Amino acid sequence: MRASVTAAAVRCDIAVIGAGPAGLAAATRAAEAGKAVHVLDEGLGPGGQIWRPARVASNNSAAEDWLARFRRSGAMLHHGAAVFEMHRLGAAWMIVAECGGSRLEVTAPQVILAVGARERFLPFPGWTLPGVLGNGGAQALVKQGWNVEGKRVVVAGSGPLLLPVAATLAKAGARVAVVAEQAPMSALRRLAPALALRPGKLWEAAGYRRAFTRCGARYRTGWWVERAIGSNTVAEVVLTDGRRRETLSCDLLCVSYGLVPNLELPRSIGVASRAGYVAVDDGQRTDVAGIFVAGEPCGIAGVDAALAEGQIAGLAAAGRPVEGSLRRARRRGRSLGAAMEAAFSLRPELLRPPEPTTIVCRCEDVTAGEIDPAWSARQAKLSCRAGMGPCQGRVCGPALENLFGFAPDTVRSPLQPVAFSTLLTSDSEN
Amino acid sequence: MKADAIVIGAGIVGAACADALSREGLSVRVLESAFAGGGTTSRAMGHLVVMDDSEAQFTLTRRSREMWTDWAPELPASCEDQQGGTLWVAADDEELRAVAPKVEFYRARGVQAELLDARALAEAEPNLRPGLAGGMRVPEDRILYPPAAAKWLLERAGARGATLEERCEVTAVEPSRVQTRDGWTDTGFVIVAGGFTSARLLPGLRIEPRKGHLVISDRAPGFARHQLVELGYLTSAHGTHDGSALTRESVAFNLQPRATGQMLLGSSREFVDFDDSINSRLRDRMIRRALEYMPALAGLAAIRTWIGFRPCTPDNLPLIGAWGEAPGLFVATGHEGLGITTAPGTGELIADLVLGRRGALDPLPYAPHRAMDGHS
Amino acid sequence: MTREPIERVRIQLDGAAVDVASVGSLAAALLNAGVASFRQSVRGEARGPLCGMGICMECRVVVDGVLRRACVEPLRDGMVVETR
Repeated sequence: MRASVTAAAVRCDIAVIGAGPAGLAAATRAAEAGKAVHVLDEGLGPGGQIWRPARVASNNSAAEDWLARFRRSGAMLHHGAAVFEMHRLGAAWMIVAECGGSRLEVTAPQVILAVGARERFLPFPGWTLPGVLGNGGAQALVKQGWNVEGKRVVVAGSGPLLLPVAATLAKAGARVAVVAEQAPMSALRRLAPALALRPGKLWEAAGYRRAFTRCGARYRTGWWVERAIGSNTVAEVVLTDGRRRETLSCDLLCVSYGLVPNLELPRSIGVASRAGYVAVDDGQRTDVAGIFVAGEPCGIAGVDAALAEGQIAGLAAAGRPVEGSLRRARRRGRSLGAAMEAAFSLRPELLRPPEPTTIVCRCEDVTAGEIDPAWSARQAKLSCRAGMGPCQGRVCGPALENLFGFAPDTVRSPLQPVAFSTLLTSDSEN
Repeated sequence: MKADAIVIGAGIVGAACADALSREGLSVRVLESAFAGGGTTSRAMGHLVVMDDSEAQFTLTRRSREMWTDWAPELPASCEDQQGGTLWVAADDEELRAVAPKVEFYRARGVQAELLDARALAEAEPNLRPGLAGGMRVPEDRILYPPAAAKWLLERAGARGATLEERCEVTAVEPSRVQTRDGWTDTGFVIVAGGFTSARLLPGLRIEPRKGHLVISDRAPGFARHQLVELGYLTSAHGTHDGSALTRESVAFNLQPRATGQMLLGSSREFVDFDDSINSRLRDRMIRRALEYMPALAGLAAIRTWIGFRPCTPDNLPLIGAWGEAPGLFVATGHEGLGITTAPGTGELIADLVLGRRGALDPLPYAPHRAMDGHS
Repeated sequence: MTREPIERVRIQLDGAAVDVASVGSLAAALLNAGVASFRQSVRGEARGPLCGMGICMECRVVVDGVLRRACVEPLRDGMVVETR
C-alpha cells in the first residue's frame, strides 16, 4: 500500500488554483508582470474543462495561444494537484493539495481562485446506470481517449454545452440520434439579440450544428429525459415534452443541466457569496484579504468573461493597472452569460421531486422518498445521509437545492478524500 | 392548555428528559431553537461507554448503558445501534499494571470487563501495531448514531402526547414559566436542557465549551472491531484522580468503527471559546497519536473533519437537578463527552426529581448548585 | 479527424492482464476495455463515470492498492487496477 511520505512546500507571490481559461489568464498576466506565480490544477494537463487537451489536434486557436503564452510566462504549474484544504498562515495563505499521493503545500500572500464550475445533475429514474454521463463528462472522457465510435448517443439536458458536446461525439464517430434541449424555442430565440452582438458565437453555434447534423441528429427544444432504462448499462431513454413520449435505444446518454459554480473552496475560507455566486469588486477581490476569484464562481458566463476576469485578477494581484478593454470584455462576457442563463433556465417540470424510488444522493444511495422537503440540507444530511458521502454533496447538492429547495451546507476539510497521512503537516512533530 | 413540563432543547438530553417525563404521564412540550438533534448531539461520536473516572460518573454511565441496552430491540435501523464493546488499550507495561485494578473495579460493580494480554489484544484487533502491552475489554459497551437516537426518543415521547416545536427560541426562563416570541407561557416544571444556551438562560451557570475534532474515513469495513480508546483518554478528558485542573489542550487515541464501515477518529480537547475553525495543528497531533497505535490508519482515506463543543463543568460531572431555591426550574446539561451515553440516566433522574421521589440514582453528585456562582 | 498511431500499455485489471491503447486517463482506458461497472454502490448497484472531472467519486477504483479517481488518474504501464 502506498502511503504518503514525500511532501513538498513552496512559497510564491501569487498562487492560482485552477488552470482553466481564468486561471491560465491570471497566472500569465501576473507572471508577465514579474511575480513568482504557482498554479495548482487537479487535471491531467492545463486547460480546465473547456480547453481540455485532446489526442487530436485542437482547432481552438485561442486555447493554443493562451497555453503557449502561459508556458512562456514563467508561471509554474502543478498538475494533478487536488487542493483539499486552505487556511491562513500568518499574513499569508497556505494551500494544501494532494499530488500523486503526496502532500503539496503552496504558501502565498495572495491567492486567485479560478476553480470554475461543474455540471448540474438532476436525478431521474435510471440516471445511475453506467452509460449515463454528464455532457461535459462525456466530452472530457472522449478527449481523454475514450473510443465512442459507432455508439448510439442521445444528448440531452440544457445549456450551450449540448451543441459542442454533440459535435465532439459526432466527430469521434458516434451516432448522435438527437439533441434534446429542455428550454423552449421561444426562450432560445431571445438569445438572438445578445448573440448578434457577438457574431463569433453564432458562427460557432452554426459550426456545431453542421457537424452533428451530418450524422442525422436533430436539435429538439422543449424535450427532456423522463427516464433511462437498462439492466447493467443504459439501453433506452424515454424523452418527453410534457405531452408526448418517445423511446430511443442508445448506448450512451449524455445529460446535464447547465453549470453550477464550485463554491466549496471559497466558502471554506469564509468568502461571501451573493445569490449563489462569489461577490467580487472591480479588481476581482473578495471580502477576504488576499483572496481573488475569477471566472465561473463569479457567475456562469463562459470563456470570454473568464479570460477577462482572470487577467484582471492577475493584474490586480500583481499591483498593475487593468486595461479598460479587459473591463469592457468582462462586461460583455457577463451580459452574454446572464442572457444565456436566462434563456436556458430550468422549466418547472424539472424542478419537482422525482419518483420516490429515484436515487438522489449517489454516494449513499438515498432515494427521493426518504427526503422530507421541510428539511434544511443539514437536516437532510443528518437524517438520511444525503450529502454525507465522499463527494460531500457536489452532485446531489444542486439537485437538493433545485428539487427540494435546500440551501447547500458548508463543506469541511478535506475538500477531497485524502489519506490520513496526507493530512499531516510536514513539520509538526509534537 | 398548560403543559405539565416544558423541556428546552431537543438534543439527546432534552429528548431523554421528554421521554422520561412523558413516561410518567406528564404532558410535555419540547421547545427547540433549531431542529431536533442538530446541535452538539449531531457532532458526537455516540459511544455508549461505562467510564470510571469517578464513582458518580461510573454510576451514571452504568445505569444509562443499561437503559440503552434495554431499549436496543426497539431502536430503528437509523440509530445504527451496535454492541461491539470498547477496548481500552495499554501501550506499555506501566499502563497494563493499572488495568487489572480497573477490571476489578468494573466487575465489582457488575459490569463485565476482561483483561487482555498482548497476544489477546493483537487477536482482537489485528490492525493495532505489535508491541502494545494489552488492554481491557468491556464487551457490553455500545455505539449508536446520536441524531437518530434523539429523534427516536422524541417520537416515543410524542406517542405519549409530548409535542415538539422546532425553530422556537426561548429567550428567558423562570420557575414554572418560559418566554418565547409569543410571550410568557406558564407550566409546572421547566427543564433547561439546551447545552450552551442553558448558560444564557440561567445566569450564573458555569459551563465552558471544550472543543473536539473528529475525522471520518471512507468505508473500510472490518478495519477495527471494537471502539478503541487509549488509557490516556481518561487523563485527557477527565483530569487525574487527584483533582488537578483539566488540561487546556490534549489529544487521545479514540477510534470508532461505525455501522457503515467508516472509521471515526477522535479525540482532541481544547478551550478556545466558540472558535469553530479546524485547528490543523491539533488535528495533526490527534492523527499522529492514532498512528502510534494503528499505523495502518495512514492509508485510509479521510473524507471530512468536523468539530463540536462539549459542554464542560469544572469537575467533569453533569449538572442535573433543581436550579435555584424556587421550585419549578431544573437544568440538565454539562455532560462533556458523555452526553449521548448518560442521556437516559439524566432523563430518569430529572423525572425522579420532578416527582420528588428517590430512584436508582443518587442526585447529589450532579446537583447543579455546585456550579452556581458563589458556590465552590 | 487525424489518427496517429497509438501505443499500447499493459495493466492488471481485476487480476487479468489487459492491453489497452495508451490514452489520457485510466477511466478512458477502462471504458475502452469494456468495463461498464467501476464500482458497486452502497446498495449494490453498478456505477460508472458520471462527471469526468473528478468530483462525483463514481469512477473510483483501487490503483496499486489505493483508491483513486480514474478520470484524473494518468494511465501508466504496469498499473494494478481493481474495480469495486
